[in-house]
Amino acid sequence: MTLTKPGQAAGASVRTRLADVAGRLFGGGSPTVFALLVVVFVVIFVMNPSFAEPPSMMAFLKKAAPLVILAVGQYFVIVCGELDLSVGSLVGAQVVIAAALIDGEESRTVPVLFVMLAFGILVGLVNGLITTLLKVHSLITTLGMMLVLYGAIRLWTGGAPTGALSEAFRQPGRGGIDMPVVRQLPWSLVILFAVVVAAVVLMRGSYGRTLIATGDNEKTAMFSGARVWQVRTSAFVLSSVMASLAGVLIGGFAGVTAQVGQGLEFTAITAVVLGGVVLGGGRGTVVAAMAGALTIEALFTLFNQMALPSTIRPAVQGVIIIAAVAYAARERARPGPHTQTPPAPPEQNPDRDPAVT
Amino acid sequence: MAARRRLGTTELVYIALLGVVVVGGILVALQGRNLFSTANTVDMLGRSSLLGMVALGQTLVILCRSLDLSVGYVVALSTLVAATTMDGDPARVPLGIAVTLLVAGAIGLANGLIISVLKVNPFITTLGMGLIIKGYLDTQFKGPAGAVPEGFRQFGYSRIGFVPLSAAVMLAMAVAGILYLRKSRTGFHMYAVGGSADVARMSGIRTGRVMVTAHVICAMTAGVAGLLLAARFGTGNALVYDDGYELDSIAAVVLGGTFLMGGRGGVAGTLGGVLILAELDTVFNILGVDAFFKDVLRGVIIIAAVAIYARRRLDVRASRRRFDGDGGAGGGSPPDPPPNRDGPVSTEQGGAR
Amino acid sequence: MRKTRVLLAAAATAALTLAACTTDEPTETAPEDDAPAEEGQEEEPEDSDDGDDPADDGESADEGDGEWFVRADYERQLEQRDIEPEGPADQPWLQAIDPEWVDTAEHAQDENRTLCFSNASVSNPWRVTGWITMQQQVDVYTDSGEIDDFRVSDAADDDNQQISDIQAFIDSGDCGALIVSPSTTATLTPAVEAACDSGIPVIVFDRGVNTDCMVTFIHPIGGYAYGADGAEFLAENLEPGSSVLALRILPGVDVLEHRWAAAQQIFADSDLEILGNEFTDGDGAQIKDIVTQYLQRGDVDGIWMDAGDGAVAAVEAFEDTGNDYPVMMGEDELSFMRKWEETGMTAIAPVYSNFQWRTPIEAAVNIWNGEEVPAEWVLPQEPITDADRGDFLERNDEMPSLHYAKFGGEDLPGYPEAWQDR
Repeated sequence: MTLTKPGQAAGASVRTRLADVAGRLFGGGSPTVFALLVVVFVVIFVMNPSFAEPPSMMAFLKKAAPLVILAVGQYFVIVCGELDLSVGSLVGAQVVIAAALIDGEESRTVPVLFVMLAFGILVGLVNGLITTLLKVHSLITTLGMMLVLYGAIRLWTGGAPTGALSEAFRQPGRGGIDMPVVRQLPWSLVILFAVVVAAVVLMRGSYGRTLIATGDNEKTAMFSGARVWQVRTSAFVLSSVMASLAGVLIGGFAGVTAQVGQGLEFTAITAVVLGGVVLGGGRGTVVAAMAGALTIEALFTLFNQMALPSTIRPAVQGVIIIAAVAYAARERARPGPHTQTPPAPPEQNPDRDPAVT
Repeated sequence: MAARRRLGTTELVYIALLGVVVVGGILVALQGRNLFSTANTVDMLGRSSLLGMVALGQTLVILCRSLDLSVGYVVALSTLVAATTMDGDPARVPLGIAVTLLVAGAIGLANGLIISVLKVNPFITTLGMGLIIKGYLDTQFKGPAGAVPEGFRQFGYSRIGFVPLSAAVMLAMAVAGILYLRKSRTGFHMYAVGGSADVARMSGIRTGRVMVTAHVICAMTAGVAGLLLAARFGTGNALVYDDGYELDSIAAVVLGGTFLMGGRGGVAGTLGGVLILAELDTVFNILGVDAFFKDVLRGVIIIAAVAIYARRRLDVRASRRRFDGDGGAGGGSPPDPPPNRDGPVSTEQGGAR
Repeated sequence: MRKTRVLLAAAATAALTLAACTTDEPTETAPEDDAPAEEGQEEEPEDSDDGDDPADDGESADEGDGEWFVRADYERQLEQRDIEPEGPADQPWLQAIDPEWVDTAEHAQDENRTLCFSNASVSNPWRVTGWITMQQQVDVYTDSGEIDDFRVSDAADDDNQQISDIQAFIDSGDCGALIVSPSTTATLTPAVEAACDSGIPVIVFDRGVNTDCMVTFIHPIGGYAYGADGAEFLAENLEPGSSVLALRILPGVDVLEHRWAAAQQIFADSDLEILGNEFTDGDGAQIKDIVTQYLQRGDVDGIWMDAGDGAVAAVEAFEDTGNDYPVMMGEDELSFMRKWEETGMTAIAPVYSNFQWRTPIEAAVNIWNGEEVPAEWVLPQEPITDADRGDFLERNDEMPSLHYAKFGGEDLPGYPEAWQDR
């Protein structure tokens, strides 16, 4: 369902522009996440000053890196108006594939990494092409992909992972450069830094503008010469590649377990939305998405520092997420000149927003 | 015109169901067994009831262009509320049912209000609500709790002829859902809100109220599903939330031809989608197909089905774009709404009585 | 809201009009004494454990932390660890502790040797390993003609689906015997009772159900013994005042809760300080993160785990943060066993005997042959210690990680390929 009624599209684009200007002026929800991030960190520091020491921070970032990378991938998809539910299964699949193919042989590490990259690209292409060419909503495409990956990998391995990762494979997620002050600069942090820089540069360039324009209003994007289907497909490929990278880091960090990757898709989407990126596309920055991921990881750490009973944590997490997004929605709604029209998401791109009031 | 096209999608679902039954029947017959034996029919209907109940409610929510990712947690909570309220005492069964539906309805109300008043995205709202319920369940219940009295267990185990009682209840709910969408004002408004919230609002529909109603009904059908599970388990169990009813129900709804972006589809299609999934389960089970292969096939089927529906929609759109424009909003109050005229359901229902 | 009324009315009418209808559910659920199910009776008020334990009455089922602790079961399991099992020592899957033999002559038959198996799932390495062993055992008997057909349904950890699976087996009328590996103790009870009522012999293994209607219930000693093995080891090998972190998979599963309940008993009598108990989903990344965070805040001298999944990740957290190895409780899973040998740390590998997957097949054949089986078939469950670690590692040298040392299938024809390329 990609065709919009011309009249409606024009109206929508006017409103969108208004909302966009307003969003830029008031930050479009991003301030919420940065404020939340600071608050959470301050509370952690107050409760446990030793957390501020560099080695502790390094350990935190090392653990957080995979989720931040997943959030970057998910951001590309969300900002162009789609969703990717398959990333959790893909992370799991990649780790299991790596363990099965490497099977402890150091020499196979690099070839297997290429196999994983190819597999990631393939999954992204399939997601993207089914969504764009066959016009299947991405929630369904990637839900289907999630089932297929989950089943196929277990069908292949008989239910539980087998084999072992090589030491070299584990280095990026586990090792680092020994140095003073921080004790060890984790490789995953270096990789994360590279991803962050690349993502920011990408989003500032023409590709990024096209991506946002596509999510904002695909009609306008089309008129201005963007090949919408190509742009969206590339976003899915980026998301899958990021998931594969996250798989390398997670597998490296903790080795193979049967549960690896489970539920990460929802955590990543939550992170991106927490960062003020609007489901439905067209709004939000990649930096804010990453801040969202860091906030979630910081929350987990905070729960741990508070010695909050493990069982109650999901509830607290749920409340905070809803509250933060509700607060951000209020912020967005405030500058709107016409009280009749609600905040941007519904109108922006009626056909693609999976979740609208 | 539009009505005929949509009828087409529902028909397609039932043709697919027929296809699954025929192909499945042949495959099973090749093994020297009979898919249409009473035992296998009972099995198929029994498997359809739980998912059917959850998917019915999910249909209404999706029609309004929302979705509910908390239903699995509502089901789990409902089993425990039901079992602990009844506490093995037959006299407390009505109370148990009432409390369960109230609690479930309250969760739906909260979902609906957060979405429509606080303007939080439904995806995040219901995901967060699921986490909140999970936290409560894990903290409060360290394992199965409560007991369901013997009489109420019949809800999960007895049957009328070859129709399990649970399936009969599910079918009755489906009929109620079809009538509700077709005959009631709110039901019709759901199509309008899903079609375009703006247009709906401008034509005087209280979109917020419609949205809240859909979410309340959705949570309550999940509550009924929880009651059914409690009856089958004889107790309440929190870990039911791991069974993935939220995604399964969304899959069943879209497999039934309801458009994920709202405004099109209906309960009859969903019922067809649920029956397809249940029939597949039964056939796979008889054939002894690997559980993981089922997942792969389910993923493929869902994508393929939606791709086919999308293709048909595009074809029709190309020639009749104008009719599409104000599909929902044009028809004022006495609704003669679009959703499907459904032969198959009424016959199913006939069988149930 | 109209819908609601319709629903309520429909449900009520249906419930009322159905008193006279057919039912699949057993009509008789009166309390049965001496239920052999050692796990989880306490939450089902209708059932009594051994009929003698007041703590077991279920009224207090949903509050208090003693919910999962039944002292009589706990003490019995601890005693069973020291009882010499009956049966051949080199075939532990045929051994039984304190068996009470029951006559199975009523089930002896040759006509229908179709064996049906309702499996909870194969969603973790322990179950995958056992499932391969079971299939290999079935192959032996199919070749010898003792079993004609083996039908399986896998419920993918879904209680409701498993109930349907069991019903489908009963309704099909094809099964000569039914093996059930329940996914949850309490919730599968009605379905298993219905299976018993259908007249076919029912065999339950691994997790139990709250009834004794089955012919035999096969399980290793149990969760209390498992948890106690590890906790006692920690208490013995740590200085008084040392700190222990408990890592658990998820709450609410009886077999796992019993392990933790037993550990709590033992820790309460020791001088160890329990830093916390954390749920990890058995996910290596979470385990490593949690342990790392505890290490940032202070010393951790010992790790207690309710299952060995991810034990290696916990050990690595100590390596990566430059801390000394803890006194460690793992499991007989090979990646942990190898790590243990490699590092030489002080550790124990409690065993939840994986070879139990062979026993139900043996039991089914015994029952068909009219041979006696134990009403409650308690299999030995002995932890692997420093002393026999090398022996088990050598025997499983060819086996992949995530394989279980005490899988007990070395004498089956498919060994070793079947377990290697799973």
